[in-house]
Amino acid sequence: MILEVNDLQVHYRTKDGVARVVDGASFAVPEGRIVGLVGESGCGKTTAVRAIMGVLADNGARAGGRITFKGQALDAATTKPLLWREIAYVPQSAMNSLDPVYTVGEQIVEVLTRRGSAPRAAAQARASELFDMVGLHARRLGDYPHQFSGGMRQRAAIAMALALEPSLLLADEPVTALDVIVQRQILDMLRELQQRLRLSMVLVTHDISVVAYLCNEVVVMYAGQVVESGPVRDVLARPRHPYTMGLRNAFPDLMSDALALVPIEGSPPDPREALSGCRFAPRCPFAQAACTAAPAQISGIIDTHHRSACRRDSEADALRQAALDPSTWQRSSNFAMS
Amino acid sequence: MAALVELRDVVKHFPVTRSLGEILSGARPAVRALDGVSFDIGAGDAIAIVGESGCGKTTLGRLMLKLTEPTTGAIAFAGAALADLAGDRLRDFRRQAQLVFQNPFDALNPRFTIYRAVAEPLLNAGIDKGEHADRVAMAFRRVHLADVDRYLDRYPHQLSGGQLQRVVLARALVLAPRFLVADEPVSMLDVSVRAGILALMREVRDAMGLTAVYISHDLALVRYLCERTLVMYLGRIVEDGPTDAIVRRPRHPYTQALVAAVPVPDADQPRAPLPIKGNVPDARELPSGCHFRDRCPHAMARCAQETPPLRPIADGHRVACHLEGAFTP
Repeated sequence: MILEVNDLQVHYRTKDGVARVVDGASFAVPEGRIVGLVGESGCGKTTAVRAIMGVLADNGARAGGRITFKGQALDAATTKPLLWREIAYVPQSAMNSLDPVYTVGEQIVEVLTRRGSAPRAAAQARASELFDMVGLHARRLGDYPHQFSGGMRQRAAIAMALALEPSLLLADEPVTALDVIVQRQILDMLRELQQRLRLSMVLVTHDISVVAYLCNEVVVMYAGQVVESGPVRDVLARPRHPYTMGLRNAFPDLMSDALALVPIEGSPPDPREALSGCRFAPRCPFAQAACTAAPAQISGIIDTHHRSACRRDSEADALRQAALDPSTWQRSSNFAMS
Repeated sequence: MAALVELRDVVKHFPVTRSLGEILSGARPAVRALDGVSFDIGAGDAIAIVGESGCGKTTLGRLMLKLTEPTTGAIAFAGAALADLAGDRLRDFRRQAQLVFQNPFDALNPRFTIYRAVAEPLLNAGIDKGEHADRVAMAFRRVHLADVDRYLDRYPHQLSGGQLQRVVLARALVLAPRFLVADEPVSMLDVSVRAGILALMREVRDAMGLTAVYISHDLALVRYLCERTLVMYLGRIVEDGPTDAIVRRPRHPYTQALVAAVPVPDADQPRAPLPIKGNVPDARELPSGCHFRDRCPHAMARCAQETPPLRPIADGHRVACHLEGAFTP
């Protein structure tokens, strides 16, 4: 494992109390693999990645757990020298990683000379090479970010992240705001680069179809915790946690024969409230009384076997069958207490 | 059924900032956001308009609501030319044709209570104040926000995204319109919530007999909303047909690329390489003839010389391609 995240806790101070945005998440990234960190807004996926980078917002702090990169424990002091050189980050909007007042080329050269201590001439040559690698013409190095389309900015942000040949790339929603054809081109490029450079990658996304296309492993987060993880094929084809089953039903699928999408009623819990038991239980059609009592998440586990945090995991096959029926997800359903 | 909305050769140009050379030479470059668009929407029908950013779909929506005027061409609503509407007839049109905003987080004034936000169109339309409470309550019931009283003094920030989108829809419905244009109505919502809003929109449409246009970049999503889909590329309709046929057997090379690019939530589904080259060209320097020809794997000499018209190839299915779908994708 190149990266291990163990019982990670991240808290934010807010005026209404402490928000436990990541609350005991554990997952691992095997060397040379692409792991999709998937979940809906507020589930803690971006916060988890920012905690790995040591770049949390001012009111946020790690409140527990261990992050290990290549066997070395990461904290604020040990992470800093690894940024760019070993661990690189492509933030949610490429606009955020590019400074509007400098040309894109100057910004890449800056990373190479300041962070990587390359001589200027070598940095110029390397910048052209990086642009070529991500499918941009070297003459565009002299352009400002606003002269680029969304897809080109994303390519430039990826080129910049790869400047110092990191071994781990953390990409937060790298294709979210892009049109589908551009999206596909960027995903194909990421896969090609990942294989050629033997990168390990964490892809943060809300889009399970992007995970299906690009990732080897998937970690499903809900309300700050990991509810299911494992190989992508297994998790998407045979989900074992009701939240993943619900997400699969709710997700539009161009090729499916289903005529309607099935919503998951309700909304995720407020991270400022003290919660016990399974956090999905209030929305889960299969919840039993015991579900709200005992905590349920995949905790302290650092392998990539298919795992589910559901208390009723032994019945997963039957639940999956029931989950395919839209009426299961209606509030009036009686399946819950059967 | 008779058409409620009719568009004929609609063209919309937007002026762009001129370079010094262009100013000196007197050139007036323009972006051709829409380049000759014609279609009808039958009363009670729901159609989707899909395409990538810059294809003109949002401009088209704004034109149908008379929020902007076409450069040339004509748009009619219930038989009346939009260009001629004024005074009472324009007010009547504004009541009948409503927009559902893209982002529920921006669509509502943060300083207005939810009740006031939904009642505001009634006020603007000059509806008697005595009727407001009943009408708002009815709109709330339509979108399944059960207890109106709970929202009387609540503000947008106190609601979830899904609730806000229901409020935005209630606001569009409060004047009992006949025609609804929804621009990316669920793109800002989480997946688990989105499905509920889509189901609600279908239900409302059926219950009120609405004619609806859904503008979206997401072909996978509109499949659940509309039986008919128009595909746009750089200001023109390239394909218009039953959504199912467009998804299962796309006939225009651009639609084929679009369908091939849509990711599916299934890791076992084999994905073909993209049948498309390069990037969307600059809207100021569009290729002659077919706008797609530079990127098309089937382009011929003729594609540069003649603009392919939108021709019927099957019942209710039109394609703007010289090959008319006669090739193996």
